[in-house]
Amino acid sequence: MTVNILMPALSPTMTEGTLAKWQVKEGDEIKSGDVIAEIETDKATMEVEAVEEGTIGKILVAEGTEGVAVNAVIAILLEEGEKAGDIDVEAAKADAPSAPKSDGGDKTEKKEEKKEAPAKQEEKKTEPEKQEEAKAEKKAPSADDGDRIFASPLARRMAKQAGLDLAKLDGSGPHGRIVKADIEAALDGKAPEKAAAEAPAGAPAAPAKAASAGPTGKAFADALGLEYEFEPLSKMRKTIAARLSESKQSVPHFYLTIDCEVDRLLEVRKELNARADDAYKLSVNDFVIRAAALALKQVPAANASFDPEGMLFYKHADISVAVATPGGLITPIVKAAEGKGLAAISNEMKDLAARARDGKLKPEEYQGGTFSVSNLGMFGIKHFEAIINPPQGCILAVGAGEQRPVVKDGALAVATVMSCTLSVDHRVVDGAVGAEYLAAFKKLIEDPLTMLL
Amino acid sequence: MAEDTNFDVIIVGGGPGGYVAAIRAAQLGMKTAVVEKQHLGGICLNWGCIPTKALLRSAEVYHLMSHAKDYGLSCEKPGFDIAEVVKRSRKVAGRLNGGVTHLMKKNKIAVVDGEGKLNGPGKITVSKDGKKVGDYSAKHIVLATGARPRVLKGIEPDKKLIWTYFEAMVPETMPKSVLVMGSGAIGIEFASFYKTMGAEVTVVEVVPQILPAEDAEIAAFARKQFEKQGIKILTSTKVTGVKKGKNEVTATLESEKGETQEITVERLISAVGVQGNIEDIGLDTTKVKTERGCIVADGFGRTAEKGIYAIGDVAGPPMLAHKAEHEGVICVEKIAGKDAHPMKKELIPGCTYCSPQIATVGMTEAEAKEAGHKIKVGRFPFVGNGKAIALGEDQGLVKTIFDENTGQLLGAHMVGAEVTELIQGYVVAMNLETTEEELFHTVFPHPTLSETMHESVLDAYGRMIHM
Repeated sequence: MTVNILMPALSPTMTEGTLAKWQVKEGDEIKSGDVIAEIETDKATMEVEAVEEGTIGKILVAEGTEGVAVNAVIAILLEEGEKAGDIDVEAAKADAPSAPKSDGGDKTEKKEEKKEAPAKQEEKKTEPEKQEEAKAEKKAPSADDGDRIFASPLARRMAKQAGLDLAKLDGSGPHGRIVKADIEAALDGKAPEKAAAEAPAGAPAAPAKAASAGPTGKAFADALGLEYEFEPLSKMRKTIAARLSESKQSVPHFYLTIDCEVDRLLEVRKELNARADDAYKLSVNDFVIRAAALALKQVPAANASFDPEGMLFYKHADISVAVATPGGLITPIVKAAEGKGLAAISNEMKDLAARARDGKLKPEEYQGGTFSVSNLGMFGIKHFEAIINPPQGCILAVGAGEQRPVVKDGALAVATVMSCTLSVDHRVVDGAVGAEYLAAFKKLIEDPLTMLL
Repeated sequence: MAEDTNFDVIIVGGGPGGYVAAIRAAQLGMKTAVVEKQHLGGICLNWGCIPTKALLRSAEVYHLMSHAKDYGLSCEKPGFDIAEVVKRSRKVAGRLNGGVTHLMKKNKIAVVDGEGKLNGPGKITVSKDGKKVGDYSAKHIVLATGARPRVLKGIEPDKKLIWTYFEAMVPETMPKSVLVMGSGAIGIEFASFYKTMGAEVTVVEVVPQILPAEDAEIAAFARKQFEKQGIKILTSTKVTGVKKGKNEVTATLESEKGETQEITVERLISAVGVQGNIEDIGLDTTKVKTERGCIVADGFGRTAEKGIYAIGDVAGPPMLAHKAEHEGVICVEKIAGKDAHPMKKELIPGCTYCSPQIATVGMTEAEAKEAGHKIKVGRFPFVGNGKAIALGEDQGLVKTIFDENTGQLLGAHMVGAEVTELIQGYVVAMNLETTEEELFHTVFPHPTLSETMHESVLDAYGRMIHM
């Protein structure tokens, strides 16, 4: 009996991905553990290993195909003694467990036929009905970031008829469910009116949702004839856009800035690197990561997340470190950094950053940090304010260490100063806690030997 | 004991809207009081929904006894004692009234006995039998004062010959003949009760359709059933005057065409609707606005005066207990800062407990067309349902209305046995914004009357199985 090779889920929330590359071709013999393909999701590329041995009988999904649903059959494996002629592609596809399918995907004719085949048995139905059903059954939209979209059946159908992407809509129903009113509002190009229509004169009107912001950038540029190069949104860009918009709009940020003198730190770093014997090469950022983690240990109230049910205070300082990649920002995590030495942090960061740039991080390597560090010092930025990476409570924005005039004992002096700004979710961390945290961080940075303990 | 007079929320009126709002407020941690002038549970529980259901149950059992032969049973000379029937109905109401009292205690809600009157925003003065009970204050005051029977000039109820539902519910003797003025839910239920119990019943309705709020096809189906039972129905007819005798009333009826006739009956039941209780509650001391006898409030019960809310019948139609309860909860949750959603009034079901029963939710066919929908209509009669035939209740009809473009279920209308218990399936479906597709795929248990609901949906798309 032939074996179906299914599209794997790289993370619990993944519903589809891009089949980036086949490492095998039809007729290749494989054994368990062989890498057979590379799969790309919004943030990572992962290798797919064979779980059984046999011969690749047929590849069903071509290299470079986007939006391949999790659990879709991507290839068929022949076991010993089987020939390619044994393969029944349609049966194989029909056997595959169904998986949430993205709304965005266009329907190829092939899929259409496949769905219609069983419908032919229902002779009572008229032709248009069959097609209607075949289309309707296929629909089960999901967001590009892999989360299930909650929408009413009616909303789904109306969105489909109007060609709307449910992932781009906000739901006004219970628990953010997308309902008919949201589709109508989107079609009208205005926000749902909610109860406003019912409000009597003189009574306080129900708060209406903010109206959508005028024409889009593209429409605007087109209207004015501006010249530009157009780049479609990558999954990573969409994810960045969605998460950061949500954060900046819904998380009440406040910002605390502190100046740290880093002359001592730079000396210690030089000394340690001089003895490293190529076993490590510490960067200023490695010290920052360690100090950030140790400070969280000292002020655990800052290592927190807000949840409507209650506040979460994390046991470990899992530090997400912002890394710029050609595709956009990603934040690999140095887990339990409070227990790791500078050399360990440094080497781990180098590995993570390199793999981040190659798009080869595993989901668990960039999902789930408790606190973020973003360092733009290497670009000469003096000071900036970062956007919180939800559901984390804080992010530390680190500027460049630069020589600045400072006053010491009443006299002007020169010191290397690094400005650090903590962005704080006020729902879970108050000003005094943030300040206490920064003071602890500053103490560690300014007296780096304490970090070595 | 020095009584506490300052509350987070005071609710004026202890009917289904008021007491439910009070319980929800207490659950949300608010210090809550209810001011009630007569009975906790209000009209619904004491003089409306519940005691009439008890009467109609007696009528139903009596009807079955009278038709025992149809089921192969014998029941010699079935009879009834109207005093006992009424007594049972009162006992049922009394039991539930006690239940509400217990719920108030359990939730630590203060119950103030008396009539509440606003004394400016945030203040309530309560008096009992003209004597002042005390002054109370609250940041939030919810008016849930309910409604009372509407009265037509010249045909004022006198409690003896001309009844409202109050008297019709507790007859001392069984009248031989009854004229029911108005064919809404209340009128039709009493017509059904009195007819089953042996009275000669005539129903007069001013518009051309009985049960004017219902889908025309359903109302026509019901009318046929009522007429088969011997109820005389005169539509497009009004009562223009009454002459009272010793133990009878002679009413002058005038048809649309101007033809008049006189009819003499023992009792006339006035069931021409209800109106909001907006008088003598101190609205003039606030900025609260009224319109057509009801308080103007938004989807969260908020009136034009900050801190004053209105829910239930007094906040306007539909004047139904379940609507009041729901409004009460929404109002109080909003006060508590919860993420409340205004009620979708178009999804409030309506039930009439005549025989056969009528249950409805959403748009009628006429309303759907008027709203500009292209529609698909499904129908399924009870004669095609095994359970209905086994019950000996094969007269019924389920009608469903879908939007042709989107497949949205716009309305569902049912007439037949137990349909009031069935309608909730459609109500849930509509609240979840169902299309025909989900209903096709829903498995309805066999053998039940609910299978007619599935078949009706299938019929709308030409897929009905059992007819």
